[in-house]
Amino acid sequence: MNKILFKKQLSKDVYLMRIAAPMIAEERAAGQFIILQVDDDYGERIPLTIADADIKEGSITIIYQVVGKSTHALSKMKVGDALPALVGPLGTATHIENFGTVVCVGGGIGVAPLHPIAQALKNAGNKVIIIIGARNKELIILEEEMKTIADELIICTDDGSYGRIGLVTEPLKEVCEREEKPNMVIAIGPPLMMKFCSETTRPFGVFTQVSLNTIMVDGTGMCGGCRVNVGNQVKFVCVDGPEFDGHKVDFDNMINRLNSYKEIERDVHNCYLDALVDEKESKI
Amino acid sequence: MSHKTIEQFSEEAKILIADYVTRVDDLKAKERTKIPAQEMPAQDPSIRVNNLDEVALGYTMEQARIEAMRCLQCVKKNCVDDCPVKIDIPRFIDHVAHSDFEGAAGVIKEASLLPAICGRVCPQEVQCQQSCTVGKALKDVDKAVAIGRLERFVADWERMTGRISIPEIKPETGKKVAVVGSGPAGLVVAADCRRQGHHVTIFEAFHKLGGVLRYGIPEFRLPNDIIDREIETLSAMGVEIKTNFVVGKTRKLMDLINKDGYDAIFLGTGAGLPVFMNIEGENLVGVFSANEYLTRANLMRAFEKGKADTPIYPSKKIAVLGGGNVAMDAARMAKRLGAEKVYVVYRRTEVEMPARKEEVMHAKEEGIEFLFLQNAKRILGDEKGKVNGIECLRYELGEPDSSGRRRPVELANSEFILDVDTVIVAIGNSSNPLISQSNPEINVNKWGNIIVDENQKTSMEKIFAGGDIVLGAATVILAMGEGRRAADSINKLLSS
Ligand SMILES: Cc1cc2nc3c(=O)[nH]c(=O)nc-3n(C[C@H](O)[C@H](O)[C@H](O)COP(=O)(O)OP(=O)(O)OC[C@H]3O[C@@H](n4cnc5c(N)ncnc54)[C@H](O)[C@@H]3O)c2cc1C
Ligand SMILES: Cc1cc2nc3c(=O)[nH]c(=O)nc-3n(C[C@H](O)[C@H](O)[C@H](O)COP(=O)(O)OP(=O)(O)OC[C@H]3O[C@@H](n4cnc5c(N)ncnc54)[C@H](O)[C@@H]3O)c2cc1C
Ligand code: SF4
Ligand code: SF4
Ligand code: FES
Repeated sequence: MNKILFKKQLSKDVYLMRIAAPMIAEERAAGQFIILQVDDDYGERIPLTIADADIKEGSITIIYQVVGKSTHALSKMKVGDALPALVGPLGTATHIENFGTVVCVGGGIGVAPLHPIAQALKNAGNKVIIIIGARNKELIILEEEMKTIADELIICTDDGSYGRIGLVTEPLKEVCEREEKPNMVIAIGPPLMMKFCSETTRPFGVFTQVSLNTIMVDGTGMCGGCRVNVGNQVKFVCVDGPEFDGHKVDFDNMINRLNSYKEIERDVHNCYLDALVDEKESKI
Repeated sequence: MSHKTIEQFSEEAKILIADYVTRVDDLKAKERTKIPAQEMPAQDPSIRVNNLDEVALGYTMEQARIEAMRCLQCVKKNCVDDCPVKIDIPRFIDHVAHSDFEGAAGVIKEASLLPAICGRVCPQEVQCQQSCTVGKALKDVDKAVAIGRLERFVADWERMTGRISIPEIKPETGKKVAVVGSGPAGLVVAADCRRQGHHVTIFEAFHKLGGVLRYGIPEFRLPNDIIDREIETLSAMGVEIKTNFVVGKTRKLMDLINKDGYDAIFLGTGAGLPVFMNIEGENLVGVFSANEYLTRANLMRAFEKGKADTPIYPSKKIAVLGGGNVAMDAARMAKRLGAEKVYVVYRRTEVEMPARKEEVMHAKEEGIEFLFLQNAKRILGDEKGKVNGIECLRYELGEPDSSGRRRPVELANSEFILDVDTVIVAIGNSSNPLISQSNPEINVNKWGNIIVDENQKTSMEKIFAGGDIVLGAATVILAMGEGRRAADSINKLLSS
């Protein structure tokens, strides 16, 4: 059983939790994820990146956005509650070395998984340029943490409520155009954002790593549900990834597959929300 | 064919048995071979396609006794030779014929740990029943003594009458054994090593135990209750269980030995990575591996609509590609999840199909349509990237290939389109890569299967392996057989 040790709401739909998981804290490396369930009979197995870990406390940190039933149920859990199932660390760790100058681009909730990677790249001696994007000011997370790592921090919002107005691809392009071209880019966020970041860097020939968030079931290479086309080869995100060369990923196919259950999930989610509303009303 | 109820079978058997019961020991071989082979009572197909309850209902007591009387008690025991764990078949069957079910259970238990499971899922017609003298005499393997059904009867009788006993445990040795994976191979190793007084820990990646028994083989063929009972027995024996624990990730393999003090490790991690066909359209929305489809349905309980959070794709017309047990399970599960049309598309003919005969028969009764000598050439999709058909080719059988089966040869210009919205690929699995990825020093063959010697020992000290991770996708009983051998080796190692 993995107890929730700490919980904090970061923005409207985004929560941070520290969860007791001493072994995972010890073994994990930047780029890896866990799979958890809020119910081990009927719950879905949801993958979440390990945003941080504290070996002393024996805890890992997750940061997640409420998008459906399971993440909503998770957000309702309290400090002291225990998760019935949590497994990890899964996936392969990010390859960290001193590349020279790296650009870390985080979109929305993608800033959470980006944080440990940026930290590790900084520790390895890289010059780290960080670009954070979000729909509006409310949705920006981990700004302070990123500030302490970044040699240069650029923030953009879609509506201009904070930082620059526009998408992360604009500053990314500008950085690529600089005389001192970056040696590597790492982009994590919604699939569309990662696709366009990859398109932005392609003409400059800058290696661009992305972290794919496909649908998963087991997370150990058994079901094939997480498969993606990378350079015309089938790869399994849970064991071969989650990080891949963004210039080789077939994003359109990935996005299609990610939406496989969209309609059903929406129904389930709505039923679930209706039930919650009913419950509330019946209490009044 | 009209459906016969279990009551009808029971009545018939009661009438039959009256004739034989007084002469059990005097029946001549000729008389025995004339006793009608007992059929397995099953749920009515029109009802069972709407539920997940077990299809085969098990022999009635009279049926079991009649079937047992068909056994000739051969001196040369062909049946035993073909059972991978060498159950003393005639001896246990003789007990059944004499109504001594407890005695029968005792005989089976000498050799097999999980008879309720093997009796249900062993491909008996290619194992113990294949060269049974009765089947040979009647020139029909289907008329062989129904050894598997009798084994199941005995195991169920024991379970239902609450007679399952906890095996005796030798005094604690202080030695520690780690079992990685809780499929049939791992379960056997855990029991056999624990009996010798060693401390045993099972590490399982999933949140539930049982391996393929749980997440692959559906409830309607192997009820979860049966797996649960076996696991309860292990717990009662003092086996420690750690779920949600991926060895090689949560803890490095060698740390189990170097830091945690385990004296030996058994790797029973099973097959993994589903094989795809590498044809166009395989990544369209609506294409699944059988592993994913069945895991969603079984382990994640997607069949319990309204309760389970894990969704399953809403399909009306499904094509299952393949002809093994996995394909049958996926097809029959799809039917139960509400698909209107389910096709099994197989390149060869029914004769070459590797699935258990009983499953094929049940599938047909349930309205699954078999398309033999056909195969998918490419999967077609609509503008949204969703499956809307497959282009198939027709085949004929040519010369035998290296496996001895006649090779399917495609017929030129035989393309046609099958109208489906879902494709389930069930053409096999390659090996689970987790352990070899994180331990490159372990020797594996070109398919990634771990190489072991005749004692199931791997190339690494103190580390043994068995089951599908060694054999490639095989069977429950073969996995158990390997587990038993590995446990023997481990017990020997720890006693020296
Ligand atoms: C390796 C990996 C790491 C991840 N790390 C994080 C993280 O650190 N923080 C975080 O908030 N999320 C992360 N995700 C995404 C997270 O797993 C999903 O948001 C979650 O499973 C949704 O579950 P749900 O039941 O709440 O929503 P559901 O009801 O299952 O889904 C709601 C909607 O979200 C979409 N969706 C479903 N599954 C995913 C998915 N895997 N990725 C994206 N969208 C999905 C569906 O199309 C659906 O429309 C990660 C995913 C992967 C594969
Ligand atoms: C759908 C289906 C139907 C089948 N039908 C039949 C049948 O009718 N008759 C028959 O005889 N055989 C059948 N088989 C085959 C049979 O189930 C397998 O041969 C058998 O289960 C193999 O047993 P195993 O112990 O080697 O591994 P598995 O049963 O595969 O179990 C391996 C376990 O190890 C766990 N694991 C893997 N890696 C790790 C790790 N690193 N750390 C911790 N745990 C790990 C897995 O999660 C899994 O639970 C069927 C298979 C399938 C998929
Ligand atoms: S274990 Fe399998 S092969 Fe052996 S007797 Fe039982 S059914 Fe036959
Ligand atoms: S071969 Fe058949 S008839 Fe002979 S002992 Fe075995 S089960 Fe009985
Ligand atoms: S999640 Fe099942 S293979 Fe990757």
